[in-house]
Amino acid sequence: MGVPGNTRRAIQVSGIRKTYGSTVAVSDVSFEVSEGEIFGLIGPNGAGKTTTMECVEGVRRPDHGAIRILGLDPFRDVYQVQNRIGVQLQQAQLQKRIKVWEAVDLWASLYPKAVNGDRLLEQLGLSDKRNATFMTLSGGQKQRLFIALALINDPEVVFLDELTTGLDPQARRAIWELVRDIRDRGKTVFMTTHLMEEAERLCDRVAIIEHGKIIDMGSPEELVRRHCPARTVILATDNHLAEERLRTIPSLETVTRQDLRFTIQGRGDDFVTEVIHCLSENRIRVTDFRTVLPNLEDVFLKITGYSIRD
Amino acid sequence: MFRGLWKLTWLEIKIFLREPMGAFGTILFPVLVFVVAGRLLGGRVPRNSIAATGFIRVGLPVLASVLIALSGVLSLVTIISIYREGGILKRLRATPLRPQTILTAHVLVKLALTVTSLALLVLAGKRFYPINVNVPVFSFSMALLISTWSILSIGFLIASIVPTARFAQPIGAAILYPMLALCGLFVPVQSLPPVLQAVARVLPLTYAVSLLQGIWKGEAWSAHIGDVAALVAVFAICTALSAKVFRWE
Repeated sequence: MGVPGNTRRAIQVSGIRKTYGSTVAVSDVSFEVSEGEIFGLIGPNGAGKTTTMECVEGVRRPDHGAIRILGLDPFRDVYQVQNRIGVQLQQAQLQKRIKVWEAVDLWASLYPKAVNGDRLLEQLGLSDKRNATFMTLSGGQKQRLFIALALINDPEVVFLDELTTGLDPQARRAIWELVRDIRDRGKTVFMTTHLMEEAERLCDRVAIIEHGKIIDMGSPEELVRRHCPARTVILATDNHLAEERLRTIPSLETVTRQDLRFTIQGRGDDFVTEVIHCLSENRIRVTDFRTVLPNLEDVFLKITGYSIRD
Repeated sequence: MFRGLWKLTWLEIKIFLREPMGAFGTILFPVLVFVVAGRLLGGRVPRNSIAATGFIRVGLPVLASVLIALSGVLSLVTIISIYREGGILKRLRATPLRPQTILTAHVLVKLALTVTSLALLVLAGKRFYPINVNVPVFSFSMALLISTWSILSIGFLIASIVPTARFAQPIGAAILYPMLALCGLFVPVQSLPPVLQAVARVLPLTYAVSLLQGIWKGEAWSAHIGDVAALVAVFAICTALSAKVFRWE
């Protein structure tokens, strides 16, 4: 999903810069987030994701640049903004011995309007942990509680910073489901992650940030198409004419062969169709056939020169 | 402006009482020490010696009050720094809670604990030191409240600047406890060498002790306007400074 011209902007950031001493954390970052979308800031640790997000939240003041959130200035209109946004911070904690319901109750009392805390806990699967103290919660439960606290004031924009870091895959999937629910309720979600799979599955649009600069922006599909147009098909066949036939495919680039297994690469959306067409036209019998599509991980590798997992 | 103050205060009291050592360490332990020491001392020290009665009648209660206030301050410093290090302050910052609300809540908790411990001490004291003193309880409580509030503001300032929770307790103790030596509790300020007298005059605790001793002995508030003014000044200065230097993370 692109940004249609008439969509209202929830967040507008233009040319922000933030330095800590001689370290430039963020330099000249600009982007916009439309209402109702999940926007992800993705990049490795230390790229400037959290600093950027905290500037938009009004927690940190940028040295230069302008930020508008819901049409307001996060510093001048801090109290108005706080009532209309929900925030989940990276590495935040609560008092060890605070109970789940007490935290929700305290947060609810801080805002002029608040949703029903018990129903919120129920939606997040925390009802049976209502009386548990914070320190006894698992990582996933703590994150769900933080989501509950971020949603207690029925915010229009929700900030989620590295929401699933440190969680096991099962808990992570459960959280993804919750984030989609937040968007489906009409809220704007601004999130950061260093997990490409997470960004790919959740985000309508992403901005890739590295060394404090945004390198590229768009929907995950757009970015993949732009940076990794190559398509790969892996197939196995004992037909000795296969290699010769495959080389006639128009958009083909390379064919490599290992025993009966061929890895063929080509460009463009039509490539896979052309391969199938070629196989059926020449009646080549295959015992294995799969396509390998590039993902955000590959995009990242392509434009930064290194893998985000390193 | 103080939205959430009462809820947070009540919550912090509950959380404090859930600490394994919370209630015992802060409230019951001092009373226990007081009672045991009283038993031991009470039998040995001749009741009618002037030094003994002077200390037991005025010094001991004031010392107890000051010690409780100081331990409250130290635990305030520790809690704030633990909250900062653990990211709890950071989390609270992203809400409409104001820093002064968070600090005020903790001060109220410490005051409540101080008052509770002292009430228990007074009850224990009545039982073990059956000396017929006519203590102006209300005035003394007021004096203690003013003194504690003022010393707590020093705690704010320390809490605002200590780098890590590990240093909070030792740094706090290093700043606060030396004041005890010169504050006039053990040696009257007038009998100190001039240099130390000058030092004693700038220590807030000196004014707290002077006020507490005076009120305990039944002197009028008018005789201690200077002490109260000094304590209020300390509060104003420390609060203003800590608002400037307070760090959330």
